[in-house]
Amino acid sequence: MSRSSELARPADHYDSDGEAPVGPRLGPIGWLRFAWRQLTSMRTALLLLLLLAIAAVPGSLVPQRSSDPNGVSQYRIDHPDLFPVIDALQGFDVYTSVWFSSIYLLLFVSLIGCVLPRTAHHWRALRARPPRTPARLQRMEHHTVADADGSAEEVLERAEGVLRRARYRTERYGGSISAERGYLRETGNLVFHASLVGILFAVAVGGSIGYSGQKIVVEGEPFVNYVAGYDSFTRGRLVTDGSLDPYRITLDELDVVYERDNPNAVGQAIDYTASVSVRQPGEDESQPARIKVNEPLRIDGTDVYLLGNGYAPRLTVRSPDGDVVFSGAVPFLPQDAFLFSTGIVKVPDGLEEQLGMIGLLYPTPVTLPSGALASGFPDLDDPLLSFNVYEGDLGLDDGVPTSVYTLDTEDLTQIAGRGTDVDSVDLRLGETIDLPDGLGTITLDGISRYASLEIHSDPARGWVLVFAILVLAGLLTSLFVPRRRMWVKATEEDGRVRVELAGLARGDDPGLGTAVQELAETVTGGRSATTT
Amino acid sequence: MTETLDGISVVLLYAAMGLYAVAFIAFTLDLARRGAARTAVESGAERIAAARAAGAAGAAGAASRPGILATLERPAPFGPERNRESPSLRVAVVLTVVGWLLHLGATVLRGVAGARVPWANMYEFAMTGTLLITAVFLGLLLRRDLRFLGAGITGLVVLMLGVATVGFRVDVVPLPPALQSYWLVLHVLVAILGTAFFTIGFALSVVQLLQARRDADPTSRLRLPAAVPDAGALENAAYRVVIVGFIFWTFTLIAGAIWAEHAWGRYWGWDTKEVWTFIIWVVFAGYIHARATRGWRGSRSAWLAIVGYSAVLFNFGIVNVFFKGLHAYSGL
Repeated sequence: MSRSSELARPADHYDSDGEAPVGPRLGPIGWLRFAWRQLTSMRTALLLLLLLAIAAVPGSLVPQRSSDPNGVSQYRIDHPDLFPVIDALQGFDVYTSVWFSSIYLLLFVSLIGCVLPRTAHHWRALRARPPRTPARLQRMEHHTVADADGSAEEVLERAEGVLRRARYRTERYGGSISAERGYLRETGNLVFHASLVGILFAVAVGGSIGYSGQKIVVEGEPFVNYVAGYDSFTRGRLVTDGSLDPYRITLDELDVVYERDNPNAVGQAIDYTASVSVRQPGEDESQPARIKVNEPLRIDGTDVYLLGNGYAPRLTVRSPDGDVVFSGAVPFLPQDAFLFSTGIVKVPDGLEEQLGMIGLLYPTPVTLPSGALASGFPDLDDPLLSFNVYEGDLGLDDGVPTSVYTLDTEDLTQIAGRGTDVDSVDLRLGETIDLPDGLGTITLDGISRYASLEIHSDPARGWVLVFAILVLAGLLTSLFVPRRRMWVKATEEDGRVRVELAGLARGDDPGLGTAVQELAETVTGGRSATTT
Repeated sequence: MTETLDGISVVLLYAAMGLYAVAFIAFTLDLARRGAARTAVESGAERIAAARAAGAAGAAGAASRPGILATLERPAPFGPERNRESPSLRVAVVLTVVGWLLHLGATVLRGVAGARVPWANMYEFAMTGTLLITAVFLGLLLRRDLRFLGAGITGLVVLMLGVATVGFRVDVVPLPPALQSYWLVLHVLVAILGTAFFTIGFALSVVQLLQARRDADPTSRLRLPAAVPDAGALENAAYRVVIVGFIFWTFTLIAGAIWAEHAWGRYWGWDTKEVWTFIIWVVFAGYIHARATRGWRGSRSAWLAIVGYSAVLFNFGIVNVFFKGLHAYSGL
């Protein structure tokens, strides 16, 4: 019995009867056993927990590649000296770093090493009979002596009935009853810890069979779910190009509602609704669907989220001969709450020189007291698109990938806009304006909205949720189901029955004292009011 | 209409803060008086007499129950000493209750003004949070005499409301699309509830440490009223309150993950707020383990509760305002 209870809990568990191992002259096996017992001890688990909490802190102080890649790039610019040091310490990937991973893996090994023997012990305890009644009940913390009429056998039978109804498992040992209840407490405890392991596994599996990607889709344009169709794409190790289901989503319209009445919130977006048509692979018909911020669209095991929005001016650039050299919608990046946005137009071919333009879009232009332009409302109200124009080498022919959102002006000459003698090229909806130096013309055909969509596939997600719910359920039972032993001893003295009751709790149990008293009253009370 | 209701809400909130402040003074006066009384009474004879009286009372109680000869049960550690309580204590409790009713009115009106739940930005979170802290405190008073915590709780609430009205106050604005979800009701409400229980646990742990320090040093000049239970009883009480908070916090984490999956496309992404919610969860998990670890019971686990609660405050006051992340709902 003592051996199994030593196995049940770490030696330094508050409720354990085991002694901490202090062994001189340990052999290799002894040392291994010693190390294992250290790792699975309560103290180690506690220290690892606290270490885990501390190790998680840096990831909130420094931008992380996983959640804030732009922040990391900015950090590199702002702190050029500090950046390589932090990067070498994996400070920008804290939650996948060697040190963070070692802590939580050790913690989980410790947890498993603790839970497995306890599970075995609990399994045996579930099938064992309540332990023999101790000889000296008065040594228990909660102990009561009472008097009753009738015979000892009657009292014991009554007690047994009451205990059974209270879901105790009972056992007679001579003139006494030993009863135990609350096995669910330990079951809950084990379920809680095992489910944590389950979450870890489900997350790991989800990480290797899931993928996610982002794509900016302009109104009227389609998006097809295949790897090269994304602007950015990350996938688990087991995801191949063929794992993606090539459905097609067309963004028909992005409808945005802005607050206009509340003076404290004028211009705040209060609703985004993306109307889309979805065509499944192998089907000819598209189905209409809707995506909102808190309502992703679920297609074929993936989820499509609406994460951002902005304006994409539709532009046409013509050569002096009238040939179209550029045509399309260019997504602009919002810079403030009123969607003042900036974007880049690059025209590499068809003109005398390569042409680059930095565009500033004012959806609702207002002139500030300083004379500068700004946007006064995020919706389109006689919008203004203003270009600074550059000519020269766009740097596209070097084979180095360049971002469509930046313009490297090093090999370019500015020919219009701020900083030059020539006014910037200012366009209103539908206007066509001559480009400087007789390069050609540019037309603002219209302004569409675009949606920034994010597509996720995480097949293990449901399992994470299942284990999370089990964690909560296990926690509730392990903390609130009392594990109690009760003993009732009845002896006949001078025609009366002397009843001795005692209770013992494992773990925190504030109600035990009351439970013993109540049992005493039910067993002895009612029929006998003769005692003092 | 919105602004009128919000205006009334602010007036009610200021009135509530005023009452809480007076309650704080009354609670403090009571502590000071009883602290002094205790040192005066603390000669051995009087203690024995008091113990005898308590024993007699216990025996009388037992005798009134049929069939019980004697009980060796310990006297309840939180046994009320209502016969010796000072008027200022009763005044303090009444003031807290009236202040809480005004506070409730202020919070409900703020919700009506915004036509939504009153916890969508930091100001409202602080308002509802302190309302629930006081509610949990008053609710626990029905079951146990925790009035010795009154000064700490009302003081903390006045301080938090002061910071909220001065630093976090924003006008009523409509909910941004990301917050338009029923998870706003569940996830945030349960987070506030968890915070409220952690607050009471924190206060109990602080008193526990004071008691432990006084017990360790008999010559200590630290004065605590006689009604304050011993360190062990305080530790048990703190533990029971904290585990309730821990369960709410676990639910907050899970509900937050489900909501994040709906709104942001992933259930967990180590956003700064997620990181700190996780840290708090781990620290309190450590606290619960410490209770079951030899050598970590008592003052050490009390310190863990205090560290955990500091992280809660940090998560609310610092992470929301100064850290970059997706939970940018402060409205500042």
